[in-house]
Parts: sequence; C-alpha cells; structure tokens
Amino acid sequence: MNEKLRLLVVDDEPGMRRGSVRALRSFSFPVKEIGLDVSFDLSEAGSGSEFRSRMEKGPFDIVLLDYKLPDCNGLELLDFLQKSRYDLLTIMMTAYASIEVAISATKNGAFDFLAKPFSPEELKLVVRKAGECLVLQRQAKKLAEEKKQIRFQFLSVLSHELKAPLNAIEGYLRLMETKSGGDSISNYEKMISRSLARIDGMQKLIYDLLDLTRIESGQMKRHLSDFNFAESVKKAIETFSPDAAKRNVKITFEGAGDIPFKGDPGEMDIVLNNLVSNAVKYNRPDGKITIRAALSGEFLDISVSDTGIGMAQDELERLFSEFVRFKKDANKGVEGSGLGLSILKRIAELYNGSVSVQSKENEGTTFTVKLKKQEQK
Amino acid sequence: MKKKQEFKGKKALVVDDDQDFLEQTSMIMQSLGFETISADSQKKAEELIQSTSFDIAVLDLMLENHDSGFILSYKLKKKNPETPVIMVTAVTAETGLVFDSNSADTRSWIKADTLLNKGIRPEQLEKEIRRLMK
Repeated sequence: MNEKLRLLVVDDEPGMRRGSVRALRSFSFPVKEIGLDVSFDLSEAGSGSEFRSRMEKGPFDIVLLDYKLPDCNGLELLDFLQKSRYDLLTIMMTAYASIEVAISATKNGAFDFLAKPFSPEELKLVVRKAGECLVLQRQAKKLAEEKKQIRFQFLSVLSHELKAPLNAIEGYLRLMETKSGGDSISNYEKMISRSLARIDGMQKLIYDLLDLTRIESGQMKRHLSDFNFAESVKKAIETFSPDAAKRNVKITFEGAGDIPFKGDPGEMDIVLNNLVSNAVKYNRPDGKITIRAALSGEFLDISVSDTGIGMAQDELERLFSEFVRFKKDANKGVEGSGLGLSILKRIAELYNGSVSVQSKENEGTTFTVKLKKQEQK
Repeated sequence: MKKKQEFKGKKALVVDDDQDFLEQTSMIMQSLGFETISADSQKKAEELIQSTSFDIAVLDLMLENHDSGFILSYKLKKKNPETPVIMVTAVTAETGLVFDSNSADTRSWIKADTLLNKGIRPEQLEKEIRRLMK
C-alpha cells in the first residue's frame, strides 16, 4: 500500500525551498511494520503569512519550518501549530543552530531539528524518521478506535440480549397483574413456565459471559493436571443424555481406552459441554451424535458430528462472531446465548489449538477441536 | 378481566417470531375483545393476509427478513387500505437505527400507522389501538 504524506517547506530563501523539494520529490521509504510505502506530496511557503494561509487551505502531515522568517519567527509559528491542534509533525531548520534554540523548539512541540546547512541525505533521514513516526502513530490510533468500536458493538448487542428476556418476563407479569387471563391460577401456567425458561436462558448467558471475560482477561485461574480425557467425554455424555433422550438422539463415543492428557479439566468440560449441547440442540429427532477423541503426538483431536440441520456457507462464515444466532425455521425455539463458540475458540487458543467446522445444510455438522498438551509451569 | 370487550367482533392479526411477545400481544388483543389470529413468520402471515380480512394488525419488523414487517404492511394496506398497522420493533437495539414514527417524513415510507418499541406496556398498546380504531 502507498501513503502520500503532504509536506510543506517553509523558508524565505527560494534556494532552500527548491533544494529541499528536489531532494524529497522522488524520495520514498517502506514502513515494514504495517506494509506501507511512504512518499511525499510537496508544497512551499516563503513567509509566515503564506504559511498560515496554506495551513487554512489544506491539512499537512509534516512541516519543515525555518526558524527565521522575515515576518515572524519559527517559535511563534510552532506555538500557533500547537494551539490549533493540527495532526502533524514539525521539523525546525535554522542556520543559527544552538542548543537553546533546539531545546525551546522541542519544548514547543517540534518533532526534530535540522541545522543548516544540511545535506539531502540528512534531510531525508530526518523526514523519514518523522514520516515513520506519523504513520505508526496514526495506525495505532486507528487500531485503538477499532477496538473501541468492537467493544461498543459488543456491549450494545449484549444489552439487547439481556433486555429481551426481561421484556418478555415483564410482559407476562403485567398480564398477571391485570389478571388478563382470568381469576384461575391454572390459566397462567404457561406464562409462568415461559418466564422461568427466559430466566434460565438469561442465567446461562450471564454464566457464559463471565466465562468469556475471564478467559479474555487472562484472569481465569487454570488448574493444570494430568487426567483421562475419556472420562471427561463420558461425563459430558451423561450431562446431556436427558436432553438427547427427549428427542431420541443417540450419542456414541468412539474412543478406545484411556486418553491421558494434561490441561485444565474444567476448561475441557466447557469445551465438551459446548460441542455436545450444540449437537443435541441442532439435531433432528431420532438423530445421531458421534464423538471421537484421539491423541496425535502433543495434540488431542476431538470431533463431534451431528446429523442435524447443518449450516449454509454464508452462515459458516459468520459462525464464530459473538451473539450470532441464525433465524430460520429449522432452529425455531432453540435457545442459546450466542457466546458458546466464542468461548470454545478462546479456550482452543489457550491450548495453542484450533477449532474448525464442516457442515452441510440439512445433513449435519462436524466440529473439530485440536488442543495441545499443556506444560506444567 | 373486567375489561370491556370493546372491540368484540373485530379481527386482529398479530405477527412476531418471538413466541413470548406473540403470546402476550395476543392476550392483550383478546382482552380487548378482538378475535386474534397469530403468525410466527412472514410466510404464514402473508398467507393469512391473502385469505382473511383484518380490522387491525400488530406486526414485528424483523422476521425472516430485516424488513418483513414493511412487506407485510404493504401487502395488507394494498388489500385493505383502511386497516391500521402497528409496527413493533426492537430494531433500535438490534441495528442502532432510530426511527421516529411521529415525523411525517418517516411515516411516508414506513407504511405503518404507528411504530412502537418492544417492551411497551399493555396500556400503551391499548391506547394506540383505541386511537387508531376511532
């Protein structure tokens, strides 16, 4: 990518201006950190007043400023730049090079200092330093903005997700308050069970959210130990058997014998519970779930396949974003926080591993998780 | 339950893919005396609009499509221009868009008589219904 920085040379000697412009006209340099090639768009000004009117017309990125101008001195202009809060860097040039001038210029916000006479090479070096600093600063600012934006989006979706169940519960309570369903308590059974279901969903969302923030902030205390992963799988199957039985979904584990692994068993439970609960929820009645787990070297490979509703390509692309839940007939009535897969991905990252997914609409989905054995610290 | 069945004999269409909201709105409409027919998708609602004439409709904006409510409102008004349509939405929370149903400019393209935010109180909905059914 190319970035053209606008550079203004301010000097009352035409020779100085021309010389600088000539040196910088075909000058460019790469900023490898962000894959950017920087070159310059050059303008000139011969006095303080010309400089001010130039500044009004267009924004500049770098100003090469002579210390002594006929109508004012460079320090005044520096002060003007400071007060106007331009997003630019200033390089002071002067023939009266002295430590004092350099210090006061830097104090007043100059980025760097060039002592006249200087060679084209010296000029390029100083300009390059300023250019690099500027584009890196701007990049950092942009990243911080983006991060803020993502955080804001997350929070606004989250507050919506928390408000929706509250609205539903409040709605039911108001109907009960006004006895809209009549005087008999039995008329309100459905409202009560729906309210409880929404509270359940909300609690699960809050638990998931706590898990996610703990993992992201690195504050989740990890309890690494040697354990048998096959046992974790069996526990997860037990947990979800009642839900699976309700829809006549059969869960099988294809793993032979013990699977010795080192990690945090609690994290393993989160991983397995997420995978198996999804496989149950998004399965069809009388469907099947196959869990496979095996060691290969330092890695543990886990896969969970279902015979459920599956996903289309465009859905797969959005799958791992927070709060993504697809609205479609096939999953109507399926509850979920929309955070499960984000949590899964974060945990896999903790284990230097990965999560991948293969899916075919109306046929089923397979999630594959790869986790690296953890070393005791 | 001592509410007057002031709209007895009138027919209401309620469309929402959130089963709780569908249930609650239907109950409110019934308590006002409406015969209430509900649908949980744009597709089902379109079929109902074709087969039945309604005296009022309460529509959720986002169903299968982001603009399902607008489409339904358009089709309903095309068939019965006099039928009032109340659009209910959580769209502000979901997309950050802000609609103001009270501005003439918004009303000119929204094709609904009123736009209400989800989470409104029953009495607010009742007030709107009375206003529109006059």
